[in-house]
Amino acid sequence: MRLAGGVLPKVCMCGTHILSLHPQRKEEQRVKISLSINGTQHEADIEPRFLLVHLIRDVIGLTGTHIGCETSICGACTVLLDGKPVKSCAVLAVQANGGQVTTIEGLAKDGQLHPMQEAFWECHGLQCGYCTPGMIMAACGLLKETPNPSEEEIRHGLEGNICRCTGYQHIVDAVKYAADKMVA
Amino acid sequence: MRAYLPEYELKTPANLAEALRLFSDEPGVWRPFAGGTDLMVLLEAGKLTHTRFVSLWGLPELTGIESHDDQIIIGALTTYSQMQAHAALRAEFPLLCEAASWTGAVAIQNRGTLGGNIANASPAADSLPALLVYDAELELISANGSRVVPYNGFHTGYKTSVLRPDEVIKTIRLPRTTAGWRQHSRKVGTRKAQAISKVCLATIAHSENGVVQAIRLAFGSVAPTPLRATATEAVLKGQPINAVTIAAGRAALLNELKPIDDVRSTAEYRAQVAANLLVEFLEMLA
Ligand SMILES: Cc1cc2nc3c(=O)[nH]c(=O)nc-3n(C[C@@H](O)[C@@H](O)[C@H](O)COP(=O)(O)OP(=O)(O)OC[C@H]3O[C@@H](n4cnc5c(N)ncnc54)[C@H](O)[C@@H]3O)c2cc1C
Ligand code: FES
Ligand code: FES
Repeated sequence: MRLAGGVLPKVCMCGTHILSLHPQRKEEQRVKISLSINGTQHEADIEPRFLLVHLIRDVIGLTGTHIGCETSICGACTVLLDGKPVKSCAVLAVQANGGQVTTIEGLAKDGQLHPMQEAFWECHGLQCGYCTPGMIMAACGLLKETPNPSEEEIRHGLEGNICRCTGYQHIVDAVKYAADKMVA
Repeated sequence: MRAYLPEYELKTPANLAEALRLFSDEPGVWRPFAGGTDLMVLLEAGKLTHTRFVSLWGLPELTGIESHDDQIIIGALTTYSQMQAHAALRAEFPLLCEAASWTGAVAIQNRGTLGGNIANASPAADSLPALLVYDAELELISANGSRVVPYNGFHTGYKTSVLRPDEVIKTIRLPRTTAGWRQHSRKVGTRKAQAISKVCLATIAHSENGVVQAIRLAFGSVAPTPLRATATEAVLKGQPINAVTIAAGRAALLNELKPIDDVRSTAEYRAQVAANLLVEFLEMLA
C-alpha cells in the first residue's frame, strides 16, 4: 500500500499493523510520553490515538501480550498498569503516561519462572496458549488484591478473560496452586 | 470495521481548569474522555462519530471518595474498583458496590468510572438504578461555575440529559439517610459474567410491623432511561405486606414500565422479570 505522493506507510514488526498512515501529521498533534515497562523506562513520541497494546507490541517489541478481539471483551491483551489488570487494547498509550506497566515478559526473574507461570505449567492451565499471557496477568492482579482466593473469587477475578480451549478448570487449579505457593 | 484512527485527537490537560477552558471555548467540539471503556469499544468498532476528546483521567479534582457527616461525595472519575474498596461506601451504599462488582470484569472495573456510566446514559447501565434509590445528586462544573442537580431528572430521554456541552460531572453525592433500610438488588443478564443487563433492579425499603413505611424502586433496561418507579412506590407505601399488596404492586409496576424489544431481550420478558424481582423483594420484606 502507498499513500499519496508514493509515501510508504510505516508498519509494525509483524508487517500488518499500520503505525503511521499520516507521516505528514503535524508535530503538535504528537505527544511525548514516558512510562516504565517491566522496570525499564521508555520514552515515546506518539499520536494520541495510539493504543497501549500497540506501543507494547509494535514499538517496544514485547509480543507476549496478545491481541484477540480488540474490543475489550476477551482479555488476551491484559497487562498490569500500576499493579492493576487492564485491557491494553482499550487503553490509549497517552493515558498510561507516567505509569508502570508489567507484561508477561516482566514476570520471570533471573531465569526463574514466576510462581504463576510455574503453576500454569504444572497444572496444565493452557492448551493453545493464546489466552495465557492475559490470563496469567489477570491472575497476578487478582492475587495482589486477594492473596488466598476461594474458587469463586478466582472465577470472578478471571471473568473478563476468555479461553476457548481449557474449559477453565485447569486455569482455576493453577491460580490456586500459585496462591498456595506464594502465601507459603 | 475499525475506525480510521488517525482522525482522532485526545488532549491531556494538566488540571481541571485547563480542561474546562477547552470545553467552554469551543462548546461541543471537545468531549470528555474518562476511563474510555465505553468510548474505546465504539472507537474500535468504527462507530465513534465524534473525534475530539479531552482526557479527564487522573485529574485529582475529579477523583477520590470523601466521607462527610451528612453525605458521601464520590469524584466522577472514581473507578468501580475504588468504590468497592471503600469501607463506608460498602457498608452504607451496598447496592452501588454490588453494581460495581457486576460491571464488566475486573480489568473494566479498574478503568470504568461512575461519572462515565452516568454520562454514557445507557438505559442498561448497572450503577444507575442504585443512584436513583439513594437520591443521589450530581455536581456539574464548567468554567463558569458549578451547580448541583438531583440525579433523578438528569436524563431527559434516551441518551439526552441536562448536562451542557461546556460542563462535566464533577461529583456524585449520596445523602447518608438510609442506614438501616433493607437493601436489595438483582441483575438479570444472559450469563453471569461480563453481560449487559436485560433487567436490573435496585431497591431499598423501611418497614415496621409488616407495614411498608417507605420504599424506593429503580430499574435498568425497562425504559429509555434508568427508571425510578414512583407510581408503584406510592401504591406500596403505608400498606401491610400481604398477597393483596403484592398483587397491587405487581400490577402497578407492569403499568409503569415501558420496556422495548431489542437484541438482548423482549419487552414482554423484561416486564415479567421486573415484576418478579419486585415480588421477590416484597416477599423478603414480609
Ligand atoms: C467489556 C465491557 C463490559 C461492560 N459491562 C458493563 C456492565 O455490565 N454494566 C454497565 O453498567 N456497564 C458496563 N460497561 C460499560 C462501563 O464500563 C461504562 O459505562 C463506564 O462506566 C464508563 O466510564 P468510562 O470512564 O470508561 O467512560 P468513557 O468511555 O471515558 O466515557 C463514556 C461517556 O461519558 C462521557 N463522560 C465520561 N466522564 C464524564 C464526566 N466526568 N463528565 C461528563 N461526561 C463524561 C464521555 O464523553 C463519553 O460520552 C462495560 C464495558 C465494557 C468494555
Ligand atoms: S484484545 Fe483486548 S480484550 Fe480482546
Ligand atoms: S489455551 Fe487456548 S484459548 Fe486458552
